[in-house]
Amino acid sequence: MNIEKAILAVITTNSQKVDGGAPIFYCESKEEMTKVAANLEAIIDGISHALSDELYIIVKH
Amino acid sequence: MNEYTLPIIFGVTVGTIARAIMLRTDYRQYPTYLHGKVIHLALGFIAAALGSVAIPAIMEKEFTAVTFLTIAASQFREVRNMERNTLTELDGYELVPRGNTYIEGIAVAFESRNYLVIFTAFLTTLAYLVFNWIAALAVTIVIFIINRKLMSGSTLKEIVDISHSDIHFEGAGLYVDNIYIMNIGLPERQEEIRKYGMGFILTPKNFDVRSTIANLGQRQAILHDISVSLGVFRDSGTPALVPLIKRELDDGRIGVFILPQDHNPKKAAEIIGAVPVLENAIRMPSESKVNQKN
Repeated sequence: MNIEKAILAVITTNSQKVDGGAPIFYCESKEEMTKVAANLEAIIDGISHALSDELYIIVKH
Repeated sequence: MNEYTLPIIFGVTVGTIARAIMLRTDYRQYPTYLHGKVIHLALGFIAAALGSVAIPAIMEKEFTAVTFLTIAASQFREVRNMERNTLTELDGYELVPRGNTYIEGIAVAFESRNYLVIFTAFLTTLAYLVFNWIAALAVTIVIFIINRKLMSGSTLKEIVDISHSDIHFEGAGLYVDNIYIMNIGLPERQEEIRKYGMGFILTPKNFDVRSTIANLGQRQAILHDISVSLGVFRDSGTPALVPLIKRELDDGRIGVFILPQDHNPKKAAEIIGAVPVLENAIRMPSESKVNQKN
């Protein structure tokens, strides 16, 4: 399967900020968030982008 | 043996030698050693044979024989297709791909070199038949010099100023000088990029060059050549570690972000300078009628 330019996952520490289609990973702390983002980046072959301190997205380019 | 045998042998030999000279394997390693080369030497031999028999055919008033040159033309167009297909197939497996513009440039070079061989064989045989072998030898030398000239295009250092520039992060944004490259979220990735990344700013020397270096194919060629020569800190499954070039819209400068394994800014600048200017990327806005009038 080939996906281009899509948000594959959303990782956040603030559940108020997110909603919608992509899988959402809710984390307790910033450390946990970066760890989850790093793992997801490797697993789904996308790039972690930081939108703010409490919100990361994984995008397939 | 008849009166044409020696001239034809001479033409074929010179043509094949010309192809061998034009077939250089440099840092690009293409064509690869031996097998790739054999294919092109064999085609070069065929081209030389076609070029050198044309003159005797005309002298014998066999004018229709010249039509087989059209077969040669379609044959060598096929060479271009072959090169394009092979390189495009292989490009998917490169850590930093060549890009289609670069591939097209290589394919065109392969085709045109075969035509150069035909001309070489044609002219030397002509000189041999009309004058003598000494004249043919003189023509050979002149043509070899012309071939050398035609072979080498211009390089980037002739059209841009290259300066080393530090990379830095503003939040998650990666910058080379003031040019935004990309958003890197993970702190550990940022750390890797600070450690291995290197930035260069290419400033166009004139207005024409702006569009040339803005060409995405030309940019990809720069990244590919650096990665080949200096290695690249990247693997499959690490999409965040990707060399990129972005453009400053205000003045047409481009910011080159690379991840070389050999961390040597001086060498990297030299390599960027030696990247060929791709024929298909060259634009000449200054040649347009409107620009010339004003």
